[in-house]
Amino acid sequence: MFANHKFVALETIVIKEVRRFSRIWLQTLVPPAITISLYFVIFGNLIGRRVGDMGGFQYIDFIVPGLIMMAVIQNSYSNVVSSFFSHKFQRSVEELLVAPVPNYIILLGFVIGGMARGLAVGAIVTVVAMFFTDLQIQHMGLTLTVVLLTALVFSLAGFINALYANSFDDISIIPTFVLTPLIYLGGVFYSSQLLPEFWQSVSALNPIFYMVNTFRFGILGVSDVNVTWAFLILVLFAVGLFGSCIMLLRKGTGLRF
Amino acid sequence: MTPAISIKDLTKTYANGLEALKGISLEVQPGDFFALLGPNGAGKTTAIGIIATLVNKTGGNVEVFGRNVETHVYQTKLDLGVVPQEVNFSQFEKVRDIVMTQAGFYGLPRKQAAVRAEKYLKKLGLWDKRFVRSRTLSGGMKRRLMIARALAHEPRLLILDEPTAGVDIELRRSMWEFLTELNNEGTTIILTTHYLEEAEQLCRNIAIIDEGRIIENTSMKGLLAELDSQVFILDTMEELFELPEDAPENTALNKVDSHCLEVSIQGDKNIGEIFSFLSSKGIQIKSMRNKTNRLEQLFISKLRD
Repeated sequence: MFANHKFVALETIVIKEVRRFSRIWLQTLVPPAITISLYFVIFGNLIGRRVGDMGGFQYIDFIVPGLIMMAVIQNSYSNVVSSFFSHKFQRSVEELLVAPVPNYIILLGFVIGGMARGLAVGAIVTVVAMFFTDLQIQHMGLTLTVVLLTALVFSLAGFINALYANSFDDISIIPTFVLTPLIYLGGVFYSSQLLPEFWQSVSALNPIFYMVNTFRFGILGVSDVNVTWAFLILVLFAVGLFGSCIMLLRKGTGLRF
Repeated sequence: MTPAISIKDLTKTYANGLEALKGISLEVQPGDFFALLGPNGAGKTTAIGIIATLVNKTGGNVEVFGRNVETHVYQTKLDLGVVPQEVNFSQFEKVRDIVMTQAGFYGLPRKQAAVRAEKYLKKLGLWDKRFVRSRTLSGGMKRRLMIARALAHEPRLLILDEPTAGVDIELRRSMWEFLTELNNEGTTIILTTHYLEEAEQLCRNIAIIDEGRIIENTSMKGLLAELDSQVFILDTMEELFELPEDAPENTALNKVDSHCLEVSIQGDKNIGEIFSFLSSKGIQIKSMRNKTNRLEQLFISKLRD
């Protein structure tokens, strides 16, 4: 396939994906904004005042980066997993498989779609956050890079989930039983310094812990982890997941029998 | 001449042990209108799935216009259009978007894709429905939409897996006309169908597949020539009181009712002889029709063999 044809194919998938989540904006863009607003009101304003400072910041300021990250992670993942699985379920994925679209273009198309939704929701949550606190970003470049990489990693993870999924149950098991606990235990609402040493070591095994902390460093300038090390972990996850997706697509896992 | 499609010793065994294809070999020449017939579960859809790279083969080789489908992925996919048996487009997308998106997957920029969508949606009578969500289309419209989508990149070879299943007679006829026109313009067409009349009307060559094996591969003319008996229903002008005796050799007459006669003739007997005989007995024929579909008769006998 010629390069310009590949670009058109990629553009087509991305437009289709963005159109999909924009068409159902009441299901995709509004709920996260409402949920996160409630977090700000309840945890940030009401309970947060009694909590006092966390990591040297007011509690509401401390949780803002984690809540933005939570929205990006959940929405990047769920966009790809639900979109690609519904393509499988309706068999419209065959439209792509019979066409001369290389596997990496298929993957990139869906991943860019997932990132677009993750980042759109992240932006909405950031705007909502501005109503509750004065957001000052300390390291703009790092903040944007980390949020992009996180959206990429969870879009790729969502793609793998969709490949293996055979039913709608299969696309909700990982988000409910794996992703949500990892997010809540990933330092969104607390500093790991509050934890006993053993649980600090356990937290160190949670990749989301590194993402949240690196992002928090970008916004607030403080982190519980070494930022370089965390950044490297993010890149390794992205590369590893991308390679896994390509390998699964080449084998036809969940697609060709 | 390089065949439009060449299949050699194609086998497929599914993970559950089902042997769907047991070494089929087949060639279809460019410009042909080819019928692939077989009962349910014979392996037709599996074979099409392998050609379209939707199903992994177990063994054998498939070439489209001389190129291996696995090693020349881009060109073979460009040459091939597939209309599947089951509806497989997003039910939430609009009709025009479905065709344009498919064109985009083949690398056609949006302007060009819009022109193609207009061309084929108009040809298939769906232009008025272009802004309608696909789930609201009738069954026949959905089938036509899948044809329009498969033609968006103007393939040289079009494979249709039971395209007229569940489509009413009038619509089926208009689809036949469209496919004939497409074939006359040079597109090679392979058709699987359960309507044997459809295969007889449209196709020049035919293969019959049963239990994963090709049991017949010949021209439609050659296959129909194998028929050794035909049954006609004749409507008479006057009331028929009794059957004439001493019917011509290899001919059997049966009275259906007071104005209707069933005539069975064996081998290549001339029907004119029967008319002369009946006329000599004072029986005038008003109209005549074939009792059974000829291909259907043959198809059943082949499967029984």
